[in-house]
Amino acid sequence: MQTILDKNQLHLTIQRLAHQLIENHPDIENTALIGIQTGGIYLADKIVEILREIQKDKKILYGKLDITFYRDDIRKEHHVPNQTVILFSIENKKVVLIDDVLFTGRTIRAAMDALQDFGRPQKVELCVLIDRKSSRQLPIQPDYCGKAIDSIISETVKVKWDREEVVLF
Amino acid sequence: MQLSTKHLLGIKDLQKSDIESIITTAKEFKEVLQRPIKKVPSLRDTTIVNLFYENSTRTRISFELAEKRLSADTINFSSLGSSITKGETLLDTVNNILSMKVDMVVMRHSASGAPHFLAKHIPSAIINAGDGINEHPTQALLDAFSIQEKSGSLEGKRVVLIGDIMHSRVALSNIYLLKKMGAEVMVAGPPTLIPKHITEALDVQVEYNLKKALQWCDVANILRIQLERQNQVLFSSLREYSLAYGINKKLLDSLNKEIIIMHPGPINRGVEIDSDVADSNQSIILQQVENGVAIRMAVLYLLSGKSH
Repeated sequence: MQTILDKNQLHLTIQRLAHQLIENHPDIENTALIGIQTGGIYLADKIVEILREIQKDKKILYGKLDITFYRDDIRKEHHVPNQTVILFSIENKKVVLIDDVLFTGRTIRAAMDALQDFGRPQKVELCVLIDRKSSRQLPIQPDYCGKAIDSIISETVKVKWDREEVVLF
Repeated sequence: MQLSTKHLLGIKDLQKSDIESIITTAKEFKEVLQRPIKKVPSLRDTTIVNLFYENSTRTRISFELAEKRLSADTINFSSLGSSITKGETLLDTVNNILSMKVDMVVMRHSASGAPHFLAKHIPSAIINAGDGINEHPTQALLDAFSIQEKSGSLEGKRVVLIGDIMHSRVALSNIYLLKKMGAEVMVAGPPTLIPKHITEALDVQVEYNLKKALQWCDVANILRIQLERQNQVLFSSLREYSLAYGINKKLLDSLNKEIIIMHPGPINRGVEIDSDVADSNQSIILQQVENGVAIRMAVLYLLSGKSH
């Protein structure tokens, strides 16, 4: 097992992602942050916490999206659906999808499909903690990336939120 | 997450974990139904036939809506106006429909056991939408979902089913489900409408006095008098039934607690339930109908993987 990010690096990386987001979204109240269930929620929670800290007077829109019903592999295996909580309209908003690991790109494809059911965003961006380069099966790339790594398809990348580290095995 | 069965023929065959899976999934579908676009693409590769050999308003519309909200293709069949009148058998009809590449069958039939018979002969997943006086599993599931939503876990809840227990598939499915989920169940009604030996067979309490039954319960599920299934006189008149077993506001007010009132519909106002009860705040009759779509979406979704 190989450690990709240790506790300290993980902390710094999340700080950087949050700051990059503010940099690119000066009008943060017109931006909706959407965490993807379940892995993306931990990261999104942390980013939103930091944003709320540095933009105290601004309202940060934060939602959670479950993509189970939009998967393209429901015939292969059944997944347990999780909560979707988006209590605002995303019509004409800038949406930032947040997930922990970007791998084949299929989850993000499903998430973009799901987003359409909540309105037509002005723009959709993608923020991920780990980008597993060259394992994409769809033309999807992140706009904000914590760390890009080389890995082969049989390997697994796991973000251990309880121990605050990212490992490859 | 997989259900332990390929078909949904009755609650009798389900495990407790199946029931929990269906209700958990239904909660998420209920959220989908609150969105501006109330639709997900999950079953866009699935074709479902709704075979209704018996009349239905709620169940039929509910299943059809559930299928459409899941993006499935649907075909509706009712025995009226079909080749049934020319003498085609159930199995022939279904095999002909399936040869046109249909993946799932939702069926209501007046003969108890009709979906079980079909399940032995065809490969597709079958969902029982009510068979004779046997079971109506999706109704029991939506009832359980509605009770949970209104007042939490079913464990230890006291639920009374009131009225025509003998002819009610809703009652039987509810009894199976509530017992599996750890609720206490009582049936109440005139002795002629309660099967003998039901206590021994299904482990439920029996009460012939309506007021005592209501005093005991947390939830009262009131059933319709099924005149179409009664071929003998089991009580002297609807008016007399209503006097002894009809639920009205005065009776509910005389209890020293607030109970939840349910009814699977269609309601006979003024017979088993008065309007001032059916339309009151205690009644969750319309929530039951709303939850029905989410429950049926969950059942179709969870069984769909098995038919491919």
